[in-house]
Amino acid sequence: MIEFKDVSKTFATEKGNVTAIKDVNMKIEDGEIFGIVGYSGAGKTTLIRMLNGLETPTTGVVEVNGTKISELDRNALRKKRHKIGMIFQHFNLLWSRTVRKNIEFPLEIAKISKADRQKKAEELIKLVGLEGKEDAYPSELSGGQKQRVGVARALANDPEILLSDEATSALDPQTTDEVLDLLMDINKRLGITIVLITHEMHVIRKICEHVAVLDGGKIIESGQVLDVFKHPQQPITKRFVYSEAAPSPEDTNVVVEQLLKEYPNGKIIQLTFHGNQANLPIVSEIIHKFPKIRISIIEGNIHQTHEGAIGSLFLQLIGDEGDINGALDYLKTMRVETEVIEHGR
Amino acid sequence: MGGSTGYFEFNTVDWNQMWSATWETIWMTIVSIVAVAILGYFIGLLLFETSGSTNLVVRIINWIVALFVNVFRSIPFIILIVLLLPFTKNVVGTIIGPVAALPSLIISAAPFYGRMVELAFHEIDRGVLEASNAMGASQWQIITKVLLPESLPALISGITVTTISLIGYTAMAGAIGAGGLGNLAYQEGFESSNNTVTLVATVIIVIIVFAFQFLGDFATRKVDKRVL
Repeated sequence: MIEFKDVSKTFATEKGNVTAIKDVNMKIEDGEIFGIVGYSGAGKTTLIRMLNGLETPTTGVVEVNGTKISELDRNALRKKRHKIGMIFQHFNLLWSRTVRKNIEFPLEIAKISKADRQKKAEELIKLVGLEGKEDAYPSELSGGQKQRVGVARALANDPEILLSDEATSALDPQTTDEVLDLLMDINKRLGITIVLITHEMHVIRKICEHVAVLDGGKIIESGQVLDVFKHPQQPITKRFVYSEAAPSPEDTNVVVEQLLKEYPNGKIIQLTFHGNQANLPIVSEIIHKFPKIRISIIEGNIHQTHEGAIGSLFLQLIGDEGDINGALDYLKTMRVETEVIEHGR
Repeated sequence: MGGSTGYFEFNTVDWNQMWSATWETIWMTIVSIVAVAILGYFIGLLLFETSGSTNLVVRIINWIVALFVNVFRSIPFIILIVLLLPFTKNVVGTIIGPVAALPSLIISAAPFYGRMVELAFHEIDRGVLEASNAMGASQWQIITKVLLPESLPALISGITVTTISLIGYTAMAGAIGAGGLGNLAYQEGFESSNNTVTLVATVIIVIIVFAFQFLGDFATRKVDKRVL
């Protein structure tokens, strides 16, 4: 388990002290994929680098599986780092080494025998799907392949945790998905805890179980990814979540406002589904049960997350107050989350 | 004395003398470049490792090494030789001949190369150093497994440039008694007015320079895997 306890970090600069991290408390369970999302300058990099001691907290404690990272001496910290893999936005491979030798690099650092190094490198090359590229140099690889080498290298010493520092931010969308699938696969197969930082909500949605939103060095919101996506609380979280939605929430707002004005006797509702609910024929059921209500669909979308699909649907219901309330009650019995929108968000 | 002034009177050239002078030049160059490469590497490493530190002692070390480098880089070679005569006499036992040229050749070129080494290390991707740290590499492992291989093309092209200016220095040293082609051109060519000797010595030096340049370029390309 990873634990941040009252962690703060201030940097002394010429213009005075700058607080990068402020009172962070956070627990990350073994075997999960935990995402930290924030805009640049939010303190994500500082936070993740505390996990392998590249940064030390000014106050507070960072614990990885019971070891207080900031209290280790140089030698103990080096040993601990063997067991904490890290992948980077710009891959940080050694250009002078082939794929195989790059993967063997951390094993050389840990003074593993040559025979064992070669065996391990062979396994990892298979694991990340780079067969046939063993003797290629990084300059001969695509971005996605380079990151696969980065992942294999990070796993070489059988680490307890894997840190991902914006690992997909330099990749195109398709390659990003490939690398995310690889990370998810590794998490499942090896049971390794993955802590990742990113500014892309897409990454969080796709592979994380828990998310923390970081802003100004503070965690402003955290929880299960599904919950945060369904009910973002803070304005910044909303911006992150809505940045994912297409069409944009602004567009929807404009339309909703207009419809509310034009049809004062109508109601606009937002339904939120997740998992199998997304498959239920809810709209046709309402039409069937309340034939007097006119329904028009304003907007709908669906996203795939680590824990299943999450979708939302905007409907306009026009008709008797009684009928509409009946329809809302019916939706409640279907356990679909329903929100009546009075004004645009 | 006097007599021949033409450039193409090859029968006046003492070829045995010419070849032995050539070998002296090559010997001086190679021995000093080996020493310069090793010394320069350590100077560069010291400059690199002590740069940008907040520790006062480390900063003082950096300042002293940088001062030493800058002072010796700015002394004109011909003056440096004269300046080092007593030192040379102490170390080598003589101030005449190729061996006597070595101290001043090495002391003038090592700081120059040291700066190049430092620059080469600074050009290494910081991310790679960070990744090595994150993997738990020791300082020694970073030096041998990252700094050296990742800067190798720059180190080789640096040593090539240094070699070529060293060849020039050997000729200068030769003029005041270190032997080699510079000595021959000065004594036979200038003082005995044998222009053919001067021309032949020049051509041989140019060939040596070209050969080192070619070797250096070839080796640089060979080790550089950044663009394939």
